[in-house]
Amino acid sequence: MSSTVLTLISQDIRLAYRRRSEVATPLMFFILVITLFPLGLSPQPELLRNIAPGVVWVAALLAALIGQQSLFKTDFDDGSLEQWLLTPAPLELLALGRVASHWLVSGLPLVVLSPLMGMLMNYPGAAMGDLALSLLLGTAILSLLGAVGAALTVGLRQSGMLLPILVLPLAIPVLIFGAQAATQAARGEDPSGALYLLAALLVLGITLVPFAIAAAIRVSLES
Amino acid sequence: MDKHSWAWFHRFASPPYLYKVAGLLTPWFAWSAALLIAAGLYGGLWSSPPDYQQGDGFRIIYIHVPSAYLSMMCYGIVALASAVGLIWRLKLAHAVAVAAAPLGASFTLLALITGSLWGKPMWGTFWVWDARLTSELILLFLYLGFIALTRAYEDQRSGDRAGAVLALVGVVNLPIIHYSVVWWNSLHQGSTKFFGNDAEIPASMLVPLLLMIFGFTCFFAACLLKRIQVEVLERERNATWVAEVLR
Repeated sequence: MSSTVLTLISQDIRLAYRRRSEVATPLMFFILVITLFPLGLSPQPELLRNIAPGVVWVAALLAALIGQQSLFKTDFDDGSLEQWLLTPAPLELLALGRVASHWLVSGLPLVVLSPLMGMLMNYPGAAMGDLALSLLLGTAILSLLGAVGAALTVGLRQSGMLLPILVLPLAIPVLIFGAQAATQAARGEDPSGALYLLAALLVLGITLVPFAIAAAIRVSLES
Repeated sequence: MDKHSWAWFHRFASPPYLYKVAGLLTPWFAWSAALLIAAGLYGGLWSSPPDYQQGDGFRIIYIHVPSAYLSMMCYGIVALASAVGLIWRLKLAHAVAVAAAPLGASFTLLALITGSLWGKPMWGTFWVWDARLTSELILLFLYLGFIALTRAYEDQRSGDRAGAVLALVGVVNLPIIHYSVVWWNSLHQGSTKFFGNDAEIPASMLVPLLLMIFGFTCFFAACLLKRIQVEVLERERNATWVAEVLR
């Protein structure tokens, strides 16, 4: 059972490696959105330092959503998703495996890039670790939430516009706690409270969300 | 347990029965709503004194509080109906959820509008990023997402079930959203203590407010029942009983 999931994950990662440009698109988006803020507002270092946590977090949220739209698409189109129902492994576990592999190729690079983006936004270097940590926890939750939306809209024609409308309201707590942790760290305060809340949300998400994703996949396959 | 104790419940799975019951109940709720709201408006606008700090501006609570409470209760109804529909595969439960969602969205919008009209003289601005205002706004987005998703499916049954999954995810997330927003920022006045010896609201204001709350609830129930009737007719448009009812 777990070997099926591990096979799925390793296959997903190999596929992602062969379609590198697709994987790179959300990352490019992440970098570009952040670049727009100094250009649109003002390049004053103090201003940038104040808005850096929010800007990096909102950009990460949007970039994570952009990557999410293809989460189940190809498998739905070529019928592999139906085979998921037939495998002996539970659908919930397969869905969790897909979320994990997707996070490894799309969420983790955002986390790795975040110190660089923080530097562009004049975010204090000493707090960079906490910014990355908040994104490490947060992008994982966003991957889980986005997967529910992706599974619900995979069979629809206008899924592209619908997904953010469904997922963004649900993602607000993640944004609040994540940006709060990054802000507190930048001010030299202790960000552990907000980070623990993010970790709690992640545990809750890993426990409950796979059931919602599985239910959503079943709905999409029935239509 | 007696196996017949749930028989009354299963009759609601029959569209003609639900249609008939909803039709019988609607006038009762509509007339109670009219009487209660008329009494509440008289008490609220004429016989209760102006607030010592807020003057006549406070009177908007007679609309604001009932709408805000209904906006939240309605999401509970959508989620409950969705759960019943998913668990017992009752198609009509989904019809209830789909009929309730636009009502909930309207009451949410009403609460937001009355809140910002009240905020202009009291806080000096129409909109502040206060915790309760913000969670009410997010609630509106949740309703709109539900409505958009159920209508995006061409197949009604899939749309129903997709919406139901989303509503259940939303209802689990709603307390988290609420508390995250509360910890983030709070300017809204705290909850008022309504009852008991140390109640913070005089009876001359409390009675009209309660009348309005019950009146709005009856109004909501009447609208919901009417919408359920329409939804059932639309879904069963090819059935023979619909042709007989509409003749």
